[in-house]
Amino acid sequence: MSLADPAPKAGFRLSQLIYDTRYRSYTIQVVVLLLLVAVLIWLVNNTIANLAVRGKDINFDFLWSRAGYDIGQTLIPYTNDSTHGRALVIGLLNTLLVAVLASFFATVLGVVVGVLRLSNNWLVARLMTVYVEVFRNIPLLLWIILVFVILGETRPGPKDFKVTPEMTAAGQEPAASMWFWDTVAVTNRGTNIPRPLLEHGIGSFEILGVPINLSVIATILVLIGSVWVNRILLRKATAVQEATGTRPTTWWKSLLILVVPVVALLAAMGLHFEYPELKGFNFQGGILVFHSFTALLVALTLYSATYIAEAVRAGIQAISRGQSEAAHALGLRPGRTMSLVIMPQALRVIIPPLISQYLNITKNTTLGMAISYMDLKGTLGGITLNQTGRELECMLLMMLIYLALSLLISALMNIYNNAVRLKER
Amino acid sequence: MASPLFVRNEMLPSLPPPARESGVVKWLRENLFSSALNSVLTVLAGLAVLWLASFILPWLAHGVWNASSVAECREKVAASFGPDAAGPCWAVIRLRWNQFLFGLYPQAEYWRPTTAAALLMVSLSPVLYYGLRRAALNITVTMTVLLVLALIGLGTDWLHIAISVAIMLALAAVASVAPKRLLWLTLLFPFIAFFLIWGGPVWTAVGALAGFVIFAGVWFLAQKSVGVVVGAGIALVVASLWWTSLQGTVTGALATALPWGLPYVVSDNIGGFLLAFVIGITAISASLPIGVLLALGRRSDMPLIHSLSVGFIEFFRGVPLITVLFAANFLLLYFLPPRTNFDLILRVIIVVIIFASAYIAEVIRGGLAALPRGQYEAADALGLDYWQAQRLIIMPQALKISIPGIVSSFIGLFKDTTLVALVGLMDPLQGVTKIVRSDNAWKGIYWEPYIFVGGIFFIVCFSMSRYSMYLERKLKTDHR
Amino acid sequence: MKKSVFLGTVAAATLIAGMASATTLEDVKARGQLLCGSNTGLTGFGAPDASGNWTGLDVDVCRAVAAAVLGDSTKVKFVPLTGETRFTALQSGEVDVLIRNSTWTYSRDTDLKLDFVAVNYYDGQGFMVKKDLGVSSAKELDGATVCIQSGTTTELNLADFFKTNKISYTPVNVADDAEALRQFEAGACDAYTTDASGLAASRAGLSNPQDYVILPEIISKEPLGPAVRHGDSAWGDVVRWSYFTMLIAEEKGITKANVDEIVKAATDDTNYDPEVRRLLGVDGDMGKLMGVDAKWAYNIIKQVGNYGESFEANVGTNTPIGLARGLNALWTQGGLQYAPPLR
Repeated sequence: MSLADPAPKAGFRLSQLIYDTRYRSYTIQVVVLLLLVAVLIWLVNNTIANLAVRGKDINFDFLWSRAGYDIGQTLIPYTNDSTHGRALVIGLLNTLLVAVLASFFATVLGVVVGVLRLSNNWLVARLMTVYVEVFRNIPLLLWIILVFVILGETRPGPKDFKVTPEMTAAGQEPAASMWFWDTVAVTNRGTNIPRPLLEHGIGSFEILGVPINLSVIATILVLIGSVWVNRILLRKATAVQEATGTRPTTWWKSLLILVVPVVALLAAMGLHFEYPELKGFNFQGGILVFHSFTALLVALTLYSATYIAEAVRAGIQAISRGQSEAAHALGLRPGRTMSLVIMPQALRVIIPPLISQYLNITKNTTLGMAISYMDLKGTLGGITLNQTGRELECMLLMMLIYLALSLLISALMNIYNNAVRLKER
Repeated sequence: MASPLFVRNEMLPSLPPPARESGVVKWLRENLFSSALNSVLTVLAGLAVLWLASFILPWLAHGVWNASSVAECREKVAASFGPDAAGPCWAVIRLRWNQFLFGLYPQAEYWRPTTAAALLMVSLSPVLYYGLRRAALNITVTMTVLLVLALIGLGTDWLHIAISVAIMLALAAVASVAPKRLLWLTLLFPFIAFFLIWGGPVWTAVGALAGFVIFAGVWFLAQKSVGVVVGAGIALVVASLWWTSLQGTVTGALATALPWGLPYVVSDNIGGFLLAFVIGITAISASLPIGVLLALGRRSDMPLIHSLSVGFIEFFRGVPLITVLFAANFLLLYFLPPRTNFDLILRVIIVVIIFASAYIAEVIRGGLAALPRGQYEAADALGLDYWQAQRLIIMPQALKISIPGIVSSFIGLFKDTTLVALVGLMDPLQGVTKIVRSDNAWKGIYWEPYIFVGGIFFIVCFSMSRYSMYLERKLKTDHR
Repeated sequence: MKKSVFLGTVAAATLIAGMASATTLEDVKARGQLLCGSNTGLTGFGAPDASGNWTGLDVDVCRAVAAAVLGDSTKVKFVPLTGETRFTALQSGEVDVLIRNSTWTYSRDTDLKLDFVAVNYYDGQGFMVKKDLGVSSAKELDGATVCIQSGTTTELNLADFFKTNKISYTPVNVADDAEALRQFEAGACDAYTTDASGLAASRAGLSNPQDYVILPEIISKEPLGPAVRHGDSAWGDVVRWSYFTMLIAEEKGITKANVDEIVKAATDDTNYDPEVRRLLGVDGDMGKLMGVDAKWAYNIIKQVGNYGESFEANVGTNTPIGLARGLNALWTQGGLQYAPPLR
C-alpha cells in the first residue's frame, strides 16, 4: 500500500455520479424525483383521460346543493332541504361523537381491567385475562354486528310498552317497562333518553352553519372557572400545610365551589327535562339514540379497552419492583403506592400506545358502516357519493378529513407526551 | 442404667401445617379472600361468571346437529328440551362448513387450496426453524398426515390425494437429506400457491417466476459494477420489460404448445377463510420487504427519500382501511389508463399490501431505533458499506426485535380481512353468512355462523400471539 | 404470496389496455365474456342460489345480451353491486352493462352520464307494514320508523312523500335488502319501503308472509331498466335490442320450446310473417347492422326465452313472489311493454 495518494485531480467525471458516494445520493434523489414526477404525470393524465371518457369533471359544487335525503341521528339541525355540505358536517360530528365517547369509556375500562389483571385475586385476574384474550383475538366487525343484533333482537318493540285502559282495568302489567323511574326506554329501535331543555337559555348563533349554543358555552365557562378557583384553594391549603404541618379541611369548600355556581346557573336558565313518551308508533320527545350508535360505541369500547388494558399492564410491569418495595417501606398503602408511585411513572410508558389506540378508535368508527351508522362514511362517502355520483371528490375529501383528524390527534397527544416525558438533567 | 437425660436420636415427623395455612383453604385465603376488597371482588366476579353461565350453558346444552332447516332445528329443540328451550343450531355449520372455509370454490378442486396450505406450513419451516432437520422433518410429516386426513374428509378422489402425498413425501425426503434446501420451496411457494389456487395454464406462474429470475440475475451481475441501488433499478427495468412485453407472448405460445395446467377458478368464487388467508398471507409477506425499504427510507439522510417515506407512511396510517378499500373499489381505475380492468380481489390485495407496509415500516423503524448506536458504528468501523451493514449487522437484529410487532400487525391484518365484505368480497364473517342466510331454509340464523367464524378467528389469532411470545423468549439473547 | 399475480396482471392489464378498442361491443367479444352488474341478492330479479347460479328477471336480460353478442347465454360474469357501488362500477368499466333494478331518472341520465336503454320492469315505490300495526294507508305513518336502502331513489322519494304530506318519520338507513328485511322482521322499523316488486319479493321470503301487508299507495314512478355508459350508442343498441327481441318474441308467440319449429316453418314458407323471418335471421342478416351474429335473436329466444316466459318463471303468479303482469303486460294486452318494429 502506498502512502496517501495525492488528492484526486480536480475535475468531475460523469462516472462519479454513480461510483462516488459523495455524489451518488444526489444521483439517486434526482432519479427518484424524476420517476416520481413521471408517475404523477402518468396518474394525472390517466385521471384526466378517464374523466374525459366518462364526461365528468372535478367539481365540489355539489356540496352546496340540496341533499334531499334524511338522516336519523343528527347532532345539529338538519332536514332534507339542507345541503350535502351540511350532511358532511353531520357525518363528521357523528364520527367525532362516537370516537370521543368510545375513547373515554375505553380508557376508563382499560385502566381498570389492566390493573385488575395484575391483581393477586386469582379469579379476578383470570376473568380479566379471558376477557382481554377473547376480545382481542376476534375481529371488531364481529363484535359490532353481534352487539347490534343482540340489541335489535332481544329488546321489546315500542308497542310492548303500551298500557291500554283495558289492561289497567284488568290490573295487567305491560310486556315491557321503562327504566330509571320511567325516564329511559330501550326498545328494539333505539334508546330514548330525556332531553335537557332550558326555559330561558341565552340563545345561540351559527358559525358556518354549525349552531353554537351560548347556554352550553356559559355552563362550560362556569365549570372551568370553578375548577380554577378550586385549584387556587388547594394550592393555598398546600401552602398552609407546608408552613404549619397540618392541612386545613378543604373538601366541603371544594364541593361548594365546584357545584353551587353551575347548579345556580342551570337553575337560573330554567333547566328541565323532556321525557320520552309513547305516542303512536314510537316514543316521542326526549332524544332517540339509535342502536347503530350504541352498538358501535359498546363494541368499540369493549374491543379497544383490551388494548388499553394491555398497555396499562405493560406500563405497570415496566416499573421495577424496587419502586413499589420502596413505597411499601415508606409505609404507603397499596392503593397510594399505585396512585403516587407506580402510576406517575407508568404513565410515560402507557401514553404512546394510548395515543395510537385513540387513533385506532377514530379510524375504526368507519366500521359503523356495517350497521349503517351515519358517520362521515355514511353521509359523505355513502349517500352523498351515490346520489351525486362524485366518487372522486367524495373519496378524496373523506380521506383528507380522516387524515387531518389522525394528524390532529397525534399532534395533540405528542404535545402531552412531551410534557410528561422524563426530564433529564 | 438409664440416663436422666432424654436425648432424642431420631427426628420427629413434622406436623402438618395448620389447617388455614395449607391446602385449599390456604389457596383460597391467599388468592381469593386476602382482604376485604378482594373478597368483594371475588364475590362479584363469581356472580358475574354464574350469571353469564346461566345464559350460555343451557343454550349450549340444547345444540342440534342434525337438521335441514331452521324450522326443523327449532322443532327438534322444542321436542327434546321443552317448548321454551332455545338452543344453537349447529346443523347449519355441519352442512355449510365447506362454504365457510372455501366460499364458492368448486368442490372437486378443494384439494388444491388444502395442499397449498400444507405446502405453506412446510415452506415456513426453514424460516421459523432455520434449517433444523428434526423440525423440518416433523413439520413435513405432520402436514402430510393432516393433509391426507383433510383430503379424505373433503372427499377428494384418490388420484389427487396420491399426487399431493407424493409431493409431500418428496419434500419430506428433501427435509431429511438437506433441510436447508427447503428454503427453495419458500421462494417458489408464492408461484406454486398462485397456480394451485387460481389454476389456469402452469406457464403463467412460470412466466411470472421467470421475471423474478431475470430480476435476480441482472441485479446480481449489475450490482458488482454499479452498486446495489442502481443495479436493482436496472434489474427492475429489465424484468418489467419481460413482464410487460414478452411474457404474455411466450407463455401464450407455451400454453398452446404444451397445455399443462389446472382448471381455472374465477376469483369471485374464492371466499371464506381461504380468502382471508390469501389476503392476509399475501399482504404480510409482500409488505415485509416494502416495509423494510420504507423504514430505511424514513431513516435515510437523503431529504427527498426521507420525506417521501414519511409522507407515504403517515398517509396510510392516517386513513382508515375501509376508505382505502373503497378507494380500491371506486378510484383505482381512475388512476390507471382508461379501459383497464382487473379483478377486485387483486385490487384489494394491492391496497392491503400498501396499507400493511406502512404499518410494518413503523414496526421495523421501532426495531431500528432500539439498536444501540454502537452497532452502526461497529459496522462502519469494519468498513462495510451501507447495504452490507444493513444485511449483515443491522437488519438481523432489528427484525428480531420487531418480531412481536410484526406478528401483532399480522393478527390485526388478518382480523381486518373481514372488512373486504364491505366492498363485496365473500369474507367468512359477512359474505358467506349472507349466502347461507339467503337460502330460505336458513333464513334468520345469526348466532351460530358468528360463533363459528369468531371461534376460528380466535383460534388462529390466539395461537399466533402465543407463538410470537414463544419466539420472543426463544430469540432473547440478551440479559441471560 | 401473490406478487406474481399483481405483476402478471399488470402485464395483462397493459396488454388489454393496449388492445382495448373503442367500443364496449368489441371489448366483450374480445373478452368472450359479458360483465353484468347485478343485484347482491333480490329474489326474482337477480340472486345467486347456494351453488352460485344466478337467476332472475334482470339476470335473464344479461343472459340475452350474452346470447346475442357471444352466442352463449352462459358466458356472463355477474358482478354483485350494492346500491352504493353500482353506477361507479358501470362508469369505471368494471361492468359492461348494469341490469340491477335501477330507476331511470333525469339526473342519472344527465349528471351521472348513464344511458338507460329500455325499461324491463315498470315499478313504483310502496310500503310494507306488519298487519297488527293497524295501518291501511301510508299517510297514517306519521311518526313511524322507516327502513330504507341507502343510495337509492326511494330514499329521496320517501323524504319527498313525507314532506308533501306534512308528516314526520325516522329513517333507518340500511345497506341492502337482506339487512333491511332482518331489521324489519325484528321490528326495528314500522315500515319497509322500496320498489313494490321488491316488496313482493321480500314478503315472499319472510317466515310468515300473511302477517305483513303492502300498503296501497304507490308514491313514485320507478321505471327499472338496463343502463350503459354514456357515449357508446352502438353498445346501447345491442342491449336495447336484445331486450326488445324478448318482447317481440312474446308478441309473436315465439317461445324457447317452439322456436326451432318456427325457424323451420319460416325457412320453408317465404310467406311467413316477415318480421319473424327478419328476427330469426331467415330473411337477410339483421345482426350485421348491429355487429352481432345473424342468429342473435334465435340464440336469445332459444337460450333465454321470451319476456313472458322469463317473467312467469322468475316473478310470475306461480312463483312465491306472485307478481301480476299489470303495467308490464304487452301493449297488446293493456300494458306498457312495447317494442319498436324490427325492420
